[in-house]
Amino acid sequence: MSAPIELIESNDPVAVPWRVALMRRDSRPAVRESDEKYVMTFPHLIVREIIMFQLVVIGLSLAAIFFDAPLESIANPVETPNPAKAPWYFLGLQELLHYFPPVVAGVLMPALVVIGLVVIPYARVNLEAGPLWATHSRGKLASLTLVVLALSLLFGAFSCWPIVIPTLIIGAAMLAARNGEQASPWRRALWRVTLPEWIMTWFVVIAALLTIIGVFFRGPGWSWVWPWEQFRA
Amino acid sequence: MTTGEWIRGTSVYRSVIRHGLEDTNRNRSLIIFENLFLHVHPVKVRERSLRFTHTFWLGGITLASMLVLIATGILLMFYYHPSVPQAYRDMKELQYVVDDGVFLRNLHRWAAHLMVFTAVLHMLRVFYHRAYRPPRQFNWVIGVVLLLVTLLLSYTGYLLPWDQLAFWGVSVGTNMAKQAPLIGERIRFFLLGGNIVSENALLRFYVLHCVVLPVALLLLVSIHIWRVRKDGGVQGPPEEGRQ
Repeated sequence: MSAPIELIESNDPVAVPWRVALMRRDSRPAVRESDEKYVMTFPHLIVREIIMFQLVVIGLSLAAIFFDAPLESIANPVETPNPAKAPWYFLGLQELLHYFPPVVAGVLMPALVVIGLVVIPYARVNLEAGPLWATHSRGKLASLTLVVLALSLLFGAFSCWPIVIPTLIIGAAMLAARNGEQASPWRRALWRVTLPEWIMTWFVVIAALLTIIGVFFRGPGWSWVWPWEQFRA
Repeated sequence: MTTGEWIRGTSVYRSVIRHGLEDTNRNRSLIIFENLFLHVHPVKVRERSLRFTHTFWLGGITLASMLVLIATGILLMFYYHPSVPQAYRDMKELQYVVDDGVFLRNLHRWAAHLMVFTAVLHMLRVFYHRAYRPPRQFNWVIGVVLLLVTLLLSYTGYLLPWDQLAFWGVSVGTNMAKQAPLIGERIRFFLLGGNIVSENALLRFYVLHCVVLPVALLLLVSIHIWRVRKDGGVQGPPEEGRQ
């Protein structure tokens, strides 16, 4: 190991078949440095999946032990219960029937919801949207105010307050968020919300509200009853 | 050598499960990719994706309740006749004659509610985490279809006990379908096999509930989960500074 290494600088691989490559740290051929830590799927993920499955089974079993599935008397086509309610996940729709013509509540609105959900990943606004008020213009403020008012008036014309009230509240929160960038933490959080998130939140709040009203606050003839009156009866 | 170790060393066992017992990373990998059901997973996963807040396990809970529903549903089919009035009598048989019949029916019922509920929450989680963005667009669409199939499954099952709740719940729903312009009446007739909710409707809902919709659901769920893997694994909350 005493012979000194003779270094020849050459780009001809035939004349000089051995080569030493020097690379600077920042030009290594690594694709991209990632600090993501990976773990083996077994056991780390599989064990968690098994625990999750067992918790679901235990939880459901406890529910099945303590709460009985409803069973009323045998179906009787001539004796209509009052009110006749659909399963809970359709009671939002049934509640809409109370305000709108059947073709609007039973066909148009569900169709719009399904179409609206399907096109979400294909609409550019959903892919690129930053915080709604990151770009601020008077035109945007005016048009959003107009949309909120128009929606409130439209649904107000049908006296559909479970839609009008959330529209006004969420619309007000959306408009109030516009100068929140430097404000308190919760106003900053509102400021960060994107337009698609505002729309989805509006939709979810209304859907949940309509469902809750349909399940707990509707009695004979679809009249308004308080839940405690229902349980007493 | 314990009995278990002996069994796992036999040539018969090793013809079924090929990898050895040693706790090596090689065997941990083989456990995943030599198993039809587990190999939908990659051999390694991001540690970050194991966090609870990454997905809240909502898709997993939906899948778990689906498995509970298949198991209890098959057992319930042994005791059920889709005819009037035997369908309702079978509910009473479950209550008074069949061992744990009430427990079985309760489990099926509550699992069904849980599945609808967590499927909706799962969709919201994916939306607010913006996990529908490319390359996951089409999986979102499959997810929407899966939600509809889940609702239809729950709804067709709702009629099967043939009690007042079932009869009038389904009457209300199918009256809504009637409102569709032009084809509404036809859709309703097609669904019910008649103009009112009758024995024909019970049979149709039974076949839809036990054959057509579960097959559709299983196919779509397989594609849905397979695509999660193909699209780069579960997508949690958007990461700061990386789109």
